[in-house]
Amino acid sequence: MNDLTIGIGGAAGDGIDKSSETLAKSAARSGLYAYSFNSYQSVIRGGHIWLRLRIGQEKVYSQGDHLNALIALNQDSIERHAPEVESGGAILFNADKLKMNIPVRDNVLTVPLPIGKLLKPLGTVPPVVQNTVALGASMFLAGLEFEAIASVLTDTFSHKSQAIIDQNVGAAKAGYEYARENFVPLGYQWKFSHKRRPYITGNQAFSMGAVAGGCRFYSAYPMTPASGILTWMAEHAEQCGVVVKQMEDELAVANVAIGAGYAGVRSMCATSGGGFALMTEAIGLAGMIEAPVVFVEVQRGGPSTGIPTKTEQADLNQVYGASQGDFPRIIIAPRDPKDCFDSAVESFNLAEKYQCPVILISDLQLSEHPETIEPEDLTSNVPIDRGEIVTSWNEATQGRFKRYKLTKSGISPRTLPGTAETLYVAPSDEHDEEGVLISDVFCNQSLRRKVNERRMKKLDLALRDMPAPKIEGPANADVTLIGWGGTAGVIKEAVAELNASGVRANQLHFKYLLPFHAAEATATLKGCKRTIGVEMNSTGQFMRLLRAETGHAVSDHILKYDGEPFEPAQIAARVRDIIAGKPLSLDVTENEAREIAYHYVRVHLNEEVRPGKISKAAANGRGEAVWQIEVVHRETAAKQGELLVGVETGSTYSWQPVN
Amino acid sequence: MATIVELPIQGYESVVDPDWCPGCGDFAVLKSVKMAAAKAGVAPKDLVIVSGIGCSSNLPGFIHSYGVHSLHGRSIAVATGVRLANTDLKVVITGGDGDGYGIGIGHFIHAMRRNLDLTYVVMDNQIYGLTTGQASPTTDAGQITKSTPNGNVEMPINPLALAIVSGATYVARAFAGDPTQMADLIAGGLQHKGFALIDAFSPCVTYNKVNTYAFFKKRCYKLEDDKGYNNRDAGVALERSHEWGERIPIGLLYQHDKPTYESSEAVLRKGPLTKADMRLDEKVFQSLVEELI
Repeated sequence: MNDLTIGIGGAAGDGIDKSSETLAKSAARSGLYAYSFNSYQSVIRGGHIWLRLRIGQEKVYSQGDHLNALIALNQDSIERHAPEVESGGAILFNADKLKMNIPVRDNVLTVPLPIGKLLKPLGTVPPVVQNTVALGASMFLAGLEFEAIASVLTDTFSHKSQAIIDQNVGAAKAGYEYARENFVPLGYQWKFSHKRRPYITGNQAFSMGAVAGGCRFYSAYPMTPASGILTWMAEHAEQCGVVVKQMEDELAVANVAIGAGYAGVRSMCATSGGGFALMTEAIGLAGMIEAPVVFVEVQRGGPSTGIPTKTEQADLNQVYGASQGDFPRIIIAPRDPKDCFDSAVESFNLAEKYQCPVILISDLQLSEHPETIEPEDLTSNVPIDRGEIVTSWNEATQGRFKRYKLTKSGISPRTLPGTAETLYVAPSDEHDEEGVLISDVFCNQSLRRKVNERRMKKLDLALRDMPAPKIEGPANADVTLIGWGGTAGVIKEAVAELNASGVRANQLHFKYLLPFHAAEATATLKGCKRTIGVEMNSTGQFMRLLRAETGHAVSDHILKYDGEPFEPAQIAARVRDIIAGKPLSLDVTENEAREIAYHYVRVHLNEEVRPGKISKAAANGRGEAVWQIEVVHRETAAKQGELLVGVETGSTYSWQPVN
Repeated sequence: MATIVELPIQGYESVVDPDWCPGCGDFAVLKSVKMAAAKAGVAPKDLVIVSGIGCSSNLPGFIHSYGVHSLHGRSIAVATGVRLANTDLKVVITGGDGDGYGIGIGHFIHAMRRNLDLTYVVMDNQIYGLTTGQASPTTDAGQITKSTPNGNVEMPINPLALAIVSGATYVARAFAGDPTQMADLIAGGLQHKGFALIDAFSPCVTYNKVNTYAFFKKRCYKLEDDKGYNNRDAGVALERSHEWGERIPIGLLYQHDKPTYESSEAVLRKGPLTKADMRLDEKVFQSLVEELI
């Protein structure tokens, strides 16, 4: 056993994220790998929050599809997730408040923690310290080192008093000792290398890559899931010498970044789909005046306000088509947090070298989930290439400066305001080599053609700076999974699972989306036997692009657009079904029906009840089969009524209380 | 205070001639901007003129300086970026009433409350000229235009009142019929530390047959001639900003000394961003990494 997934369930405001971070950093300090994903709702307090933290001896690439331990912070979390805990696992909860009221699998350890008693020696503590007791207990059960969590808690509270540090370390110790005295560990045998690995989100990596890469201006308007970049930048602004400007809207955000880029500062802004829609016109301006700016688009579930705290990859069409007219733009879709760091560095060099907007497209999962990376992945010693900047000019000997000179490479010499004798106006109108408008009095046809051609030519050159995608995994596979951006890790794990189960599979993952490696991709795809497009949207946006660029139509699609990220087993199972010719069922599953029922009873009924037995029944005059969900009393399990949910439509038909 | 060395106006001459209609008020504004820059001693290479879209927004092309002829309504945002990137530059924004008080009004208000050191010259002709004569945000109620054939039913914006309540620290109004006064007011704005608005009546001789040179000549009076007027009093200025009809005030309506955004931004106290080291200090970087462990 070298792979452990711990689930933490509770309500918003319970401190779930912070608890997970403490646990993950503790494992990481011991030299293990960690990856977590928090499935949260768009509420500040309440709702059901479900976080999974996966710890591995080797690198883990997703939150996985297992559950080995559950830390339940409320009764709902026990009922919803305890049955998922696999044999050999454990369920930890506060015995003062919560009860095991639901059957669990065989050989699952129930760990009721007498939190009040354990915390009593520590005096009055804030409620969140209760979580720390459970963390301590889980450290023991998982075979992790107590010293690691003690050091993490000490560092976390180092800015507070010694009393606070003692309280937290004491709470963890109490939990650890209680578990040691009363339970046997779950049997995980770890090899601790004690290589201290950074535990980093995509948004943190974007931010750190940006400041290492010379970004000194950042603008934003708060929007989930891009706000993490704003928060990081604001916190570290002074330390890193970055002017961080929250603007009144995304129109301003994009344009202020363009102004800064034009004036010669490496500038970046970030947003999600809705904010990016407002930035659209400005992206064309950056393309037209050839101002270097980096835009980060962190996708969330759309359309419109959509599902703001859920993940999706459905903004590809938007970033591709953003703004009117033809102009060069570069679109990069990093695959993991390490790649977010590298891509941020790279994007500033590309933006200045090719004097065009660069769009980094991420998604909620990639931007917000933390994972361990190697310490050497983060370095301040990064390449900085500002491209061609003219710093002095002599008009008498060199002639008038041409900011938009027609060159063979497509790149014109750039100059920054303040430089003598290179004065020019950067116009959004079409313009000649000196920046003089050709749009108004004489729309010079040949000149218009030439300047348009010159601008677009920059992309041919830019493509040479980017490595082409390559097949990952075994050659001569029977099936190739194609993806882009943040799903690289989960597809990698699905491929491994398929190969382990006898399906010869590999993957082809795309990072550079524009310019596109059409020739290389076409050649690679010719060698693929069967291709399946895997992406998080409902229409296969990337596969359509792939077809446009290469003529290759994927054999099948695996599309997910329910807001939750892919799990490796889901992908692998669907691949097997596709190979077996099994059609995809779009029906509401039993688990989904239970979740619908949970939400229903919490909103319309009370805290005393929960969904019980679920069975599928025939149409009963409703034109579709239905899920019959018994609602039972939490304590007595006595039936209180029945809820019907359509299997095909997902519609909630009726609530029938028992008389 | 640094001594101001006036510069020759010839230094601002562009190779491009304006393509405005003969008689357009914008010619006077262009001349005034050049005079003001020369008077305030802002060298062409250190001057960045940012405009939006519209007849008047073509102005940066007609003056020898750096500039961005940006998007409709976004000039203030672009100018904010230029200014924050390089505080050694003087940044002037030029544009029309539609650009600034219509599509760009959000940025206008926020830039004023920030008190950025920007000088904003609005060529206010109370009409959309480049699109051939539709009602603008400053078109008078009742006026017939292409988009209001039965008379404009909306109240016009009062840019001066808006500026005073939004935190602008230099609020003036000029008239294209008096380019010398206009140049003085713009120069005053350039020298003022903070956000300066100069709302310049710049008659559209083609599409606005109401707010003509004659209309303003008859009504405008200079605030400097009103000896009792105190332009340091926001209440007095706000009251005077509503004067419209038979008498319309021009001149410096309001001025107030307040720290600029730039002076309050800790990072900028170390000097312009364009001169900052692009390499991050290794110690700083390592402390960022340490936060993640």
